[in-house]
Amino acid sequence: MAVAEPIIPNDQDTGQSELAHRLARTWRQSGGFWGWFSNTHHTDIGIRFMVTAFIFFLLAGILAAMMRLQLIRPENSLMGPDLYNQIFTMHGSTMIFLFAVPMMFQGFGVYVVPLMCGARNIAFPRLNAFSYYLYVGGALVLWGGLLTNTGPDVGWFAYVPLSGPAYSPGHRADIWSQMITFTEVSALGVAICLATTILRHRAPGMTLNRMPILLWEKLVISMMVIFAMPAVMIASGLLLLDRLVGTHFFNPAEGGDVLLYQHLFWFFGHPEVYIIFLPGAAIISTLVECFSRRRIFGYTPIVVSVVATGFVGFSVWVHHMFATGLPQLSESFFTAASLMIVIPTGVQFFCWVATIWNGRLQLRLPMLWAFGFFFVFLIGGLSGVMLASVPLDLQVHDTYFVVAHFHYVLIGGALFPMFAGIYFWFPKMTGRIADETLGKWHFWLFFIGFNITFFTLHFLGLRGMPRRVYTYSPDMHWHRLNLLASSGVIFMTAGLLVFLANMLRSRKSGEIAGNNPWGDAGLEWSVSSPPPAYNFLHIPTVSGRDPLWEDPPDQPIVVGLRDDIRETLVTHSLDADPQYKEEDPGPSIWPFLAALTVSATFVGSIFTPWAVPIGAPPVIVTLLGWLWPRGHSPAPRLAGEL
Amino acid sequence: MSTFDPPVPRPMTLDVSGLPSVAFGHRNTTWLANVFYMAIEGMMFAMMFATYFYLRTRSTNWPPGHLPPALRYGIANAVVFLVSVIPARWVAKRAPSGDRGAIRKGLLILALFALIATAIRVFEFTTLNCRWTDDAYSSTIWVLIGMHSGHLITELIETLVLFVMSFTSKMEGTRLADAAINSDYWYFVVVTGLMIDVLIYGTTRFL
Repeated sequence: MAVAEPIIPNDQDTGQSELAHRLARTWRQSGGFWGWFSNTHHTDIGIRFMVTAFIFFLLAGILAAMMRLQLIRPENSLMGPDLYNQIFTMHGSTMIFLFAVPMMFQGFGVYVVPLMCGARNIAFPRLNAFSYYLYVGGALVLWGGLLTNTGPDVGWFAYVPLSGPAYSPGHRADIWSQMITFTEVSALGVAICLATTILRHRAPGMTLNRMPILLWEKLVISMMVIFAMPAVMIASGLLLLDRLVGTHFFNPAEGGDVLLYQHLFWFFGHPEVYIIFLPGAAIISTLVECFSRRRIFGYTPIVVSVVATGFVGFSVWVHHMFATGLPQLSESFFTAASLMIVIPTGVQFFCWVATIWNGRLQLRLPMLWAFGFFFVFLIGGLSGVMLASVPLDLQVHDTYFVVAHFHYVLIGGALFPMFAGIYFWFPKMTGRIADETLGKWHFWLFFIGFNITFFTLHFLGLRGMPRRVYTYSPDMHWHRLNLLASSGVIFMTAGLLVFLANMLRSRKSGEIAGNNPWGDAGLEWSVSSPPPAYNFLHIPTVSGRDPLWEDPPDQPIVVGLRDDIRETLVTHSLDADPQYKEEDPGPSIWPFLAALTVSATFVGSIFTPWAVPIGAPPVIVTLLGWLWPRGHSPAPRLAGEL
Repeated sequence: MSTFDPPVPRPMTLDVSGLPSVAFGHRNTTWLANVFYMAIEGMMFAMMFATYFYLRTRSTNWPPGHLPPALRYGIANAVVFLVSVIPARWVAKRAPSGDRGAIRKGLLILALFALIATAIRVFEFTTLNCRWTDDAYSSTIWVLIGMHSGHLITELIETLVLFVMSFTSKMEGTRLADAAINSDYWYFVVVTGLMIDVLIYGTTRFL
């Protein structure tokens, strides 16, 4: 590298300097059609995760609108029970597995985390790209099923015995099971990438207790993914084996047990709720600090709460099974645990309120959505406390009260923060600010429509309307409330159309953002918008929790990384001291090819167990292509360092 | 420009050019990823162990109407697993020295152990005294041992690939660290293998 070159701070990187040119050349992604499939930079893959997940959000939203249309009046004949079963199953499965987790955990995490860490790329970028393609594979399998009249029709959690071989012949339940395998492998891959990035690629000086809260939350979520998702892979895997090769895990006639499935599923299923909610909380913590113009109140309590949520989230799963006739002692234990988990969430709420209270609030568009989150999630949380109590749970089990509760929690805990986060990081991704007026229209239309639909469902539930029925008789007197609930869809749809128009318009002609339009403190705002392929001209160092607010202007920057190869800095997981330099493997088509062969094997194994031995050799070949080292001669390193 | 304007600050620098480009053991990022991977697979096994004991509470006899799996091949494999730790440890210790010849020998010996264990595993399947279609107990036994066989074969292939690579100039810094990490994964295969042995051969007899 050129020694005598003047040192340019990151925020003055215009891409014109000699160093910027060399880095841009070294970190360039390949272009063209195949280049698109070879791309391994985290900003590109992160945006792809988000765009793909949003498309599936819209598709699942269309299914929801179809359900509301069917229920708009009693004995409606728009669709029959078979199609309705497929549609509510597809809606739930898509929203949870193809939208909420890929968007909130993978999408935002992959895009934001390396930038917040001050890293040039995510750790294991090829695994990250592979995870994206595998997720797309799972999504195509599920929706391909629906389009060929093989859409799963057994509910988003596919309980046995209904989903077992005796009651679900054909391949509908198999498609659901394998979609789980696809999406969970994808989430697990990203969890490894994110956790390693957070622990080992933080800028020097960013000790654990200086990490932005978002990084803490992503770390906790990654751990939850790693420890929770294997349970659902076992559940859906055993279900597939029962269906395909005649095992008896869930067959009571041969010593199996149906409740075993529920235990395995909910051991994953409840942590999953926090895997979806904590990314939302992470976004809220970031926004509250930024728009209150002060350091977050209660950094340590918030971090402790997040970690506590990560642990307690694993000890509440049985509250989904109160109606299955469990021993009273375990009901009491899980009621207590379910009530206890309110405490860490409450602590976070109070810290946010205190930050706003003591700050100078700027009610910009992202913050408006954050307030929407406070309102909606609070209501969902309160009905959650009610449902933690066994007698009430038994009364409203499988009614629309539960549907109302979890939509308040999930839409409040994920969708509102998601829109807040999209409006917040949109300038970083596109270089332009989204239109504030259209954004407010979007907010109010969606907020009003959402509450019309879902607040009404509480009352329908209390009046005994069960979920998952395709129609109801006029004698039940549910039609007025159903009509009201369905009318909210019009507002939500209008809000989403305004959002899409805003995104398309602002991307082309929005106000130019500059590096840091919100005046935030995170490292991601120190680089140009959108960030260059190398992210940071120099790896930064930090000396406080809010680098751009606190660090002195002469804060040191890292020099001495090679710019002719993709060299990155690895630091200590606790105190972020520089440890060694690692080479980013660069773009490659092989993760995409590996995802193709793995997908073919997964899809084949829906039909025959022989797909595994037949699929294994191509999978191994593509993995070898991916992992076999290429490029410059390693000889100097071998000679000099060992 | 007024004379009171502060001078434009010149950033200080932290020079990392002297840092190594490879790290062994827990300092290596792939080591960490491997730990996460083993945590994931460990949870898979934990869920299957939980399944085994859960199903056991649903049956009055255990094993229900079968003889326990025959001990012969299970014990043979347990011995192979235990002894194989020695070459695995040796590879991990020698890797940082960069002695390509020694690593090559170590990987070959380790691959042979993995091959022997896989061969014994084939016979082990024939002496389980049940088929997976018999009942839930049999299904659990087969899936447990099948999952472990998947890891065994993965480890065998990984070791063979590293062995082949050790004949080329590719076997340098990072790949040497990979060879050491491969040993960690082998320990995982050994520990889970022994736990499954205790479960399949032990608890069916003594618990």
